[in-house]
Amino acid sequence: MAVTTLVRPVAEVAPPVARRRSSPTATVLLLLGAAYCLLPVVWVLVASTKSASELFTTFTFAPSTHLFDNIAFLTSYRDGLYWRWMVNSAVFAGGGAAVSTLVSAMAGFAMAKYDFRGKGLAFNLVLAGVLVPAVILAVPQYLLLAKVGLTNTYWAVLLPSFISPYGIYLCRIFAAATVPDEVLEAARMDGASDWRAFSRVALPMMRSGLVTVFLFQFVAIWNNYMLPFIMLGDDRLFPVTVGLSGLLNQGATQPAMYTSVVTGSLLSIIPLVVLFLTLQRYWRVDLGAGAVKA
Amino acid sequence: MRTRSAPYLFLTPALVLFAAFLAAPIVYAGYLSLRRVKVSGLGLGAGARSEVWAGLSNYSRSLTDPEFVPSVLRVGAYGLIVVPGMLGLALVMALLLDAGRTRVGTFTRTAIFLPYAVPAVIASLLWGFLYLPRVSPIVDVLSGVGITAPDALSSSWVLYAVANIAIWGGTGFNMIVLYTALRAIPTELFEAARIDGASDVQIALRIKIPVIGPSLIMTFLFSLIATLQVFAEPMTLRPLSNTISTTWTPLMKVYRDAFVRNDVYSAAATSVVIAAATFVISYGFLKLVGSRAFSQEN
Repeated sequence: MAVTTLVRPVAEVAPPVARRRSSPTATVLLLLGAAYCLLPVVWVLVASTKSASELFTTFTFAPSTHLFDNIAFLTSYRDGLYWRWMVNSAVFAGGGAAVSTLVSAMAGFAMAKYDFRGKGLAFNLVLAGVLVPAVILAVPQYLLLAKVGLTNTYWAVLLPSFISPYGIYLCRIFAAATVPDEVLEAARMDGASDWRAFSRVALPMMRSGLVTVFLFQFVAIWNNYMLPFIMLGDDRLFPVTVGLSGLLNQGATQPAMYTSVVTGSLLSIIPLVVLFLTLQRYWRVDLGAGAVKA
Repeated sequence: MRTRSAPYLFLTPALVLFAAFLAAPIVYAGYLSLRRVKVSGLGLGAGARSEVWAGLSNYSRSLTDPEFVPSVLRVGAYGLIVVPGMLGLALVMALLLDAGRTRVGTFTRTAIFLPYAVPAVIASLLWGFLYLPRVSPIVDVLSGVGITAPDALSSSWVLYAVANIAIWGGTGFNMIVLYTALRAIPTELFEAARIDGASDVQIALRIKIPVIGPSLIMTFLFSLIATLQVFAEPMTLRPLSNTISTTWTPLMKVYRDAFVRNDVYSAAATSVVIAAATFVISYGFLKLVGSRAFSQEN
């Protein structure tokens, strides 16, 4: 067996065998797991409806009526700074993921479909990049970017997120699995340049894999804390993660800020939850398939 | 027909970015880790402070720092809780879903995956509040039956409190990875066993788990790498707890040395040590299990 689809739609595979007796144990265990995972989410839904005085006094899961007051208060905080953080997060994650997906697709395509000197070296670099994540290097990255005056700008967060060794690794597998050599050969026979063969023939064939790479990178950047925390000093450039953890720090002296932290946390997870639920079918990632070689 | 330069042109953006944001920082960190500031005279005025070679003194200072070893041990203990806890839970949930003997499969799968959409910082904020005795429902429940619950953020519990956040955040993603691998197993592999009367548990242990071994290895590897760089959770919990020091994890120490103490040389040395240790551990693990994951040939 050659290779190795890393991501494959699974719904079609494995049709349910004859309907089997349902097991109460399985149901109870799964519901317990779901309850554990939903607990903080349910809490933040309830807590964001509480006023500052109720937050620490009423029963944990007793809802109140102050959700819109809390949102209005959060919005008024320093002229809507919170919403700026949300926009910043969207810019970092959307821009960073889009560019890194294209960069990864090009590199993965080259590594899967061409033979060239240095291919082995390129692959080992990718592997090293997967095994040693760049965030460990956030401090030296900061020191280097400071030398060229790019710290405390959007670029300080965007540029390092343009490169994703894991994205390249995935794209290499997608290109190998989904783009047949004959199709590329045919495109070349018709006089297409290498770039045209890539952009008009290979990219559309790799599309569903590229959506997965984009989502991976989007979530990684959206969730990243250390890089923007180190790179940015001006709080108007913060993504929502760094902004909210700063707000929590203020809670120590202004307890009213706790309500804003809670409400802000709730609002900040809505976009990603929606993105997840709508794109769930792209999350059928089979990390291990890359390793199965019989 | 094929242009010989084409693959290099396709690789150029990735190579440039790799050089600038991965290779250069590690080289620069290596350089800085061998340098120090020499102060001449009273250290006043221009030219009184100059950078000189320091040999390995930054490394010996960083490795013998009384706070470094405890932070490494702490992350080791944290990893021993998080990695088996998270993957064990993910595997059990994935097997239960795959056995298909429940009507709540779609709902529970979505619910358990949901925390992946919550950034570590937000997860830490939410759990951080839930840990506060005034908010915690667990404290309410336990005091209802006459037990005084321990403070989750006290020094003896805080490691578990942080580990719980990581387990909560990571179980769903790993479950989906393992579940996808399980769904891809051809049913013929275990139909015969089932007809022979093997139970679901036996099928899971004898057939399913060995078959998805490669997926388990990959999830283990990625969990291990994520554990070594834990930063966001303890940093976020710090305002709620006075038991998390500024050097609670190795990466927190790098941050403190670089930005609080302005000692970039020591921070660089520690960064190099962490990067090297991460590489040795993750690469060593791949070699140890003899995994052909990441093998190059197609």
